[in-house]
Amino acid sequence: MKSTKYQLPIFLALVLLAAIALCGIFPAHAQEIAKNQPQAKIDTGDTAWVLMSAALVFLMTPGLAFFYGGLVRRKNVLSILMQCMVALCVISIQWVLCGYSLSFCPGNGFFGSLQWLGLNGVGLTPYAAYAPTIPHQAFMIFQAMFAVITPALIIGAFAERMKFSAYLIFIALWSLLIYNPICHWVWGVGGFLRNMGTLDFAGGIVVHINAGIASLVAAIVLGKRKGHEHTAPRPPHNLPLTVLGAGLLWFGWFGFNAGSALGANGIAVNAFVVTNTAAAAGGIAWAILEWLANGQPTMLGTVTGAIAGLAAITPAAGFVSVMPSLIIGLLASVFCFIAVAVIKPKFGYDDSLDAFGVHGISGIWGVIAVGLFASKAVNPLGADGLFFGNPHQLYVQAIAALIAVGYAFAGSFIIMKLVGIFTDMRVTDDEEAIGLDLSQHQEGAYTILE
Amino acid sequence: MKLIIAIIQPYKLEAVMEELDKTEIHLKTVSHVLGCGRQKGHSEIYRGVKEAGNLLKKVRLEIAVNDQFVEPTVSAITKAARTGEVGDGKIFVMDLESCIRIRTGEKGPEAIG
Repeated sequence: MKSTKYQLPIFLALVLLAAIALCGIFPAHAQEIAKNQPQAKIDTGDTAWVLMSAALVFLMTPGLAFFYGGLVRRKNVLSILMQCMVALCVISIQWVLCGYSLSFCPGNGFFGSLQWLGLNGVGLTPYAAYAPTIPHQAFMIFQAMFAVITPALIIGAFAERMKFSAYLIFIALWSLLIYNPICHWVWGVGGFLRNMGTLDFAGGIVVHINAGIASLVAAIVLGKRKGHEHTAPRPPHNLPLTVLGAGLLWFGWFGFNAGSALGANGIAVNAFVVTNTAAAAGGIAWAILEWLANGQPTMLGTVTGAIAGLAAITPAAGFVSVMPSLIIGLLASVFCFIAVAVIKPKFGYDDSLDAFGVHGISGIWGVIAVGLFASKAVNPLGADGLFFGNPHQLYVQAIAALIAVGYAFAGSFIIMKLVGIFTDMRVTDDEEAIGLDLSQHQEGAYTILE
Repeated sequence: MKLIIAIIQPYKLEAVMEELDKTEIHLKTVSHVLGCGRQKGHSEIYRGVKEAGNLLKKVRLEIAVNDQFVEPTVSAITKAARTGEVGDGKIFVMDLESCIRIRTGEKGPEAIG
């Protein structure tokens, strides 16, 4: 079933208009919610830090675009940048229209209620259940950046072959049906994983397991890139671009993790320090592994290790101290190295840029690591882990990770198949050979002559 | 000895290389070039690929072969690079006066393969 040229854009525009119209209907409800809130005082330092952090996390998506963009062949670099930037546009809108409400509005254990549709009732006074010292909208926009980067992470799995229109429908549905619910389970008031005592400081489950598992599904469902059946992958077309992207990601991750303290306080400082430490441990560990396995440490390996360390420390940043963060970062590289260098070739799925191998694996490791290393001495609002005398927390973390893996796997699979009914998921063989830049966007990234 | 120069669509390079490998032609030089042929002036018809001055991206293959390999090489390239659309490219075959292998100083036909 192929759509004609204008069907999709018109459909998207209609959905957008309908959503905007729908949001106008609920203002009365919203004001009630605002009145019922406990009054809390806004702290200027906290607000400044969270706004700054939101901007830092925003920068991670363009950073990711460069990270992934450098890794593909030159004929596909714009398609990657485009997919990332469009995720910023589409999910930012989805978030204020309905995503935030579905994720964070108090509801049942599985979904947020719809009372915050269109941000009705999400005002400039604090909402104490989430962040008592900053305006509610500051918390909302900080979380918006997480909602944006999560589907963008999946781009690494289907790079160089997914049709752009199918991509748009996929991320819209995936945000609505996978990200929003899991976000609510773990972080939303009433969420069942939150009530179970699951600790996920900055998104090990919500962001990394979630996107990582979806990546595995996307890579399997889409199939391999052409020409990758027998031969090794083509070399990355611009590694300096990838290193620039990795630098921006590392930088932005301070907002991601330290910002998740939702205040300019000691927990934020702890998160900042362990984030940097885990990234450093991950980077050097991967370099050493390559040195031992292949004889030379590589630039790409080192930044990949740093990203693995960053992803692994994400759920733990506000709960563990600095020595455990060294171990978390180091082992993240070991596990991801095995996933990328041993498991992937063995099973033969084409996770183009290792979105599962890095984010999925280190996400799972990080969530489990919280159950091992968490300490109330670091964060009294957290819990003690196995090594601090509380094996129950490890059990809780493992169950939560398992549930998220299961839901993300099944849900992403169904969405991929569903979108596949209405449109081709892959570009044609010819379009893939010509490259996605020209075939999907009619642009080329580079010229030959000046 | 002949020198074969082929100008082909960039996205056909992989297929051509594969076909050449099957034909046991392993030695070649490849470069990115810009050029235009008959499609000049109405390049927008060609999949919307427009570039400044109507110059389009092409790949240039240079292959030096002994006489008996000319036909297999030409047919391998033609087979792999042909789409039937304007812009598939051209193959030029020319006499090659001499060939020297730098490492050994060998000359002539044995220096080619």
